Amino acid sequence: MNRRYALGEAIWYGVSILVVAVILFPIYWMFMISLKAPEEIFKSPPAWFPSQPQFGNYAALFLDGDVWSLWNSLVIAGLSTVIAMILGTLCAYAIVRFRTGGDNLAIWILSQRMIPPIAVVFPIFLAYAAFGLADSYPGLILLYTAFALPYVIWMMRGYLADVPVELEEAALVDGYSHIEVLWKVTVPMARNGLIATAIFAFLFSWNEFLFALILTRTEVITYPVQISQYFGSQSTFWAKIAAMSALGTLPVFIVVSMLQRYLVRGISLGAVKG
Amino acid sequence: MTAASPTYIKTGRPFWAGRRGTGIAFVAPAIFVMLLVGLFPFLWSVAVSFQDLAGAKQSGNWIGLANYKKLIADARVWAALGRTLLLLAVALPLELILGLLLAMHFQIERPLKRLFVALIVLPAVISPMVAGSIWRLMLDHKFGPFNQIIGWITGEPIVLLWVIKPHLAFWAILIAEVWQWTPFMFIILLAALANVDREQLEAAEIDGAGRFRVFFRIVLPAIMPVLGIAVLIRALDLFRIFDAVWQLTRGGPGNKTETISIFMYIRGFQSFETSYTAALVVILLIVLSLAVTLALKRMEIAR
Repeated sequence: MNRRYALGEAIWYGVSILVVAVILFPIYWMFMISLKAPEEIFKSPPAWFPSQPQFGNYAALFLDGDVWSLWNSLVIAGLSTVIAMILGTLCAYAIVRFRTGGDNLAIWILSQRMIPPIAVVFPIFLAYAAFGLADSYPGLILLYTAFALPYVIWMMRGYLADVPVELEEAALVDGYSHIEVLWKVTVPMARNGLIATAIFAFLFSWNEFLFALILTRTEVITYPVQISQYFGSQSTFWAKIAAMSALGTLPVFIVVSMLQRYLVRGISLGAVKG
Repeated sequence: MTAASPTYIKTGRPFWAGRRGTGIAFVAPAIFVMLLVGLFPFLWSVAVSFQDLAGAKQSGNWIGLANYKKLIADARVWAALGRTLLLLAVALPLELILGLLLAMHFQIERPLKRLFVALIVLPAVISPMVAGSIWRLMLDHKFGPFNQIIGWITGEPIVLLWVIKPHLAFWAILIAEVWQWTPFMFIILLAALANVDREQLEAAEIDGAGRFRVFFRIVLPAIMPVLGIAVLIRALDLFRIFDAVWQLTRGGPGNKTETISIFMYIRGFQSFETSYTAALVVILLIVLSLAVTLALKRMEIAR
């Protein structure tokens, strides 16, 4: 019996490690190419380890100024997340506590999340061209704020509803206004959920490609757009693709590994409290 | 439903008197921003879809339903729609089944389990655009390891032109898609499985119910609501798939891997058929909004 259990355990670990290896291999490949010398990248059959790991590809991104795209991503995703968190938390609070708009408003908001971005961005592109908002921070921040809002409202609706309403009632009786109750009582109680929501909203904007592809030209291109430009019709810049992908992905991995507890709730739109 | 509320606050008015206004004031800024980029584009698209705007033309003529008629007769739209739905019909069940199998495998509490789970989830948080790029490198017929590995398995060197040959390009997209999103299904289903009532499972086991019976009678119904939401989220994501396709094939070769989103991008932003694309935007927005609203209303997510 004991032996059979040990065998079962060994098989379980064997399968688990195989699964993890298969799933992580493409990510490993990206990081590894980013460390290869340019000549070694174009070796056939490909080498599975860089013979001399080096950071030249990363240095090239800094020297050529490509890393500005990371800065643009940071500014656009960061500012739009802050604005969306403020407006979204207010809206979510009203939906939860005042039942403003009822279920229909909540469903409409969620449905906004699920519409194909290409259908939304097409007229926006023409409007931005007319108003001079294309390829500018304000234009992109506005669009990303609107893109993040349904997510923020939907998630905060769940986190705010978890706060015991009795505390708010006590504060109201003490003469707090609704906005003071929200700011001084509810938000501190929902702090963890709020931070998790903000970080996921940030990550979605950080990773977004289509809006940025259409609405940026040269001034405020984000890092995914920068990567797409390395695929040319004449030549493809493998070293830069890998290095820039690594730079854009590494912070995401770090943040997500710190947020494991909130991950399921965050990506399932709150369907699983996990 | 609504929790008990204080019978009065210091103004002496009923608790809800001031709240309707406050509620609307709280909701208004967010709704305004969403309408600004949600409703406005829709209305604008409706207007443009009845005109003949294209290229650099600044003003169009009203041409009624011509764009819609053209759309219905356009074989390329139907092909793109069919391809998108085919991708959805193949990728979604694959992701669901693989995700469910993985979730069941990792249901056991063992040392290192948390680490394994944390690692498996990583593809789902990468930018889809980066995921497409990674697979472009992986699948390169000369410098990528994918053909190399297939060669080891089959025992002879093999050259598959993944993103170049029409019949392989679809599989390339499918591979990238399933790789990235199976972990998404996995993590959600893993959490759902953990919430299945233990006592019910134990009772069934004591009654001598077989594994399949337990799964279909107890486990599956218990995870159904969550599974439904995961499927809805993924189905809608698959329907609008753009990033990975763009990086892998740009809709090519020819237009053999063109999905609905890629089609719209090419028509709207590369050949500048403004009014024609607007007509497609209008149809898509109406059909999808209705479908999504109906689906959401039926699901427990709204609670």
